[in-house]
Amino acid sequence: MSKLQLITKGILKENPTFVLVLGMCPTLGVTSSAINGMGMGVATMAVLIMSNMAISLIKNFIPDKVRIPAFIVVIASFVTIIQMLMQAYLPSLYASLGVFIPLIVVNCIILGRAEAFASKNDLVDSALDGVGIGLGFTLSLTAIGAVREVLGSGAIFGYSFAADVMPLLFILAPGGFLVLGYLMVLFNKVAKR
Amino acid sequence: MSILTFILEGNISQEVFDAVGTGVLSVKEISLIAVVIGAIFVNNVVLSQFLGICPFLGVSSKVNTSLGMGMAVTFVMALSAVVTWCLQQYVLVPFGIEYMQTIVFILVIAALVQMVEIVLKKVSPALYQALGIFLPLITTNCAVLGIAILMIQKDMGLLTGVIYSVATALGFALALVLFAGIRERLEIEDVPQSFRGVPIALVTAGLLAMAFMGFANVVPLP
Repeated sequence: MSKLQLITKGILKENPTFVLVLGMCPTLGVTSSAINGMGMGVATMAVLIMSNMAISLIKNFIPDKVRIPAFIVVIASFVTIIQMLMQAYLPSLYASLGVFIPLIVVNCIILGRAEAFASKNDLVDSALDGVGIGLGFTLSLTAIGAVREVLGSGAIFGYSFAADVMPLLFILAPGGFLVLGYLMVLFNKVAKR
Repeated sequence: MSILTFILEGNISQEVFDAVGTGVLSVKEISLIAVVIGAIFVNNVVLSQFLGICPFLGVSSKVNTSLGMGMAVTFVMALSAVVTWCLQQYVLVPFGIEYMQTIVFILVIAALVQMVEIVLKKVSPALYQALGIFLPLITTNCAVLGIAILMIQKDMGLLTGVIYSVATALGFALALVLFAGIRERLEIEDVPQSFRGVPIALVTAGLLAMAFMGFANVVPLP
């Protein structure tokens, strides 16, 4: 697989949200606005790239039997770093993402890539894989967030154009399920043609 | 009677005040009831807090398996609530290393799940048969870690925290079983090609979440 393919496959062919259906909790939980979705996507991408690189570097030293706990410790360390950085430099985003930042640890995308890709490939490929899957995740979350924000609060990236007339339902819990469901149908229709 | 009024009317009515006054119900009991109702219905962990979506979508095609999963999650959540609360109060806070919370909690939960599996296998093979296959899946159930963290963030005491965790897990089981019932019926329906599988499940979950919104404002949030 060429280096470019490693990056582009995460966006369409192996899109973590719409094709692999992984990491659903943050996908639904933080996408009440486009900027929250994007922030979560970028935070997850940062953890994914760093954990992929770290795991591909230490893959030969980890005994096979304890590899899953070892992966989890690596991932949890990077999540803690990101959590502290966000708390210091992006306090408002940190507050609106809330409990979902520490929960990046149990995002199955990250453990999945560690197990399926980073533990078998070299440093550069693993980093590129992280970039690709992370980009796919960020784009999906931003798209879902944008749709929910437009439908639910009549705004996009915080710029309000039709405030107070849109059904609030879409930024509440049911709207998250509905928008993701219908976007997935749309994605299936477009991508699989 | 007074508890029922309290639940139905959504506020602490005169009768409940009287019950408190005559010592039938203490204020503490009232607030615990509010925590339970809040965690099961109002702030349902899956349908309004978006935690534990993976098992909700993955293990919910049969009512029986969802019941098993719900029981296993309840068991592990109650245990992990006690252990993580004690670790936070007696280890992390005294040593000033609260930033280690994420790493410590996920390791504790993973170890706990493993231990529960080993102990159950020895002590109660019947229960192990029933819960066994669901236990490894629980480590990646973000509801367990999420509730452990939320319990600390909301500054709950040990008793309130454990009750909150168990009620949350019961809410998870309720959502899972309801959803499985709907999906069993969906399976025999003629669903359009591009809706099959996950998309129709998500749309169904959206409608179920809308139904649960009816519980909003029933009790003050814990």
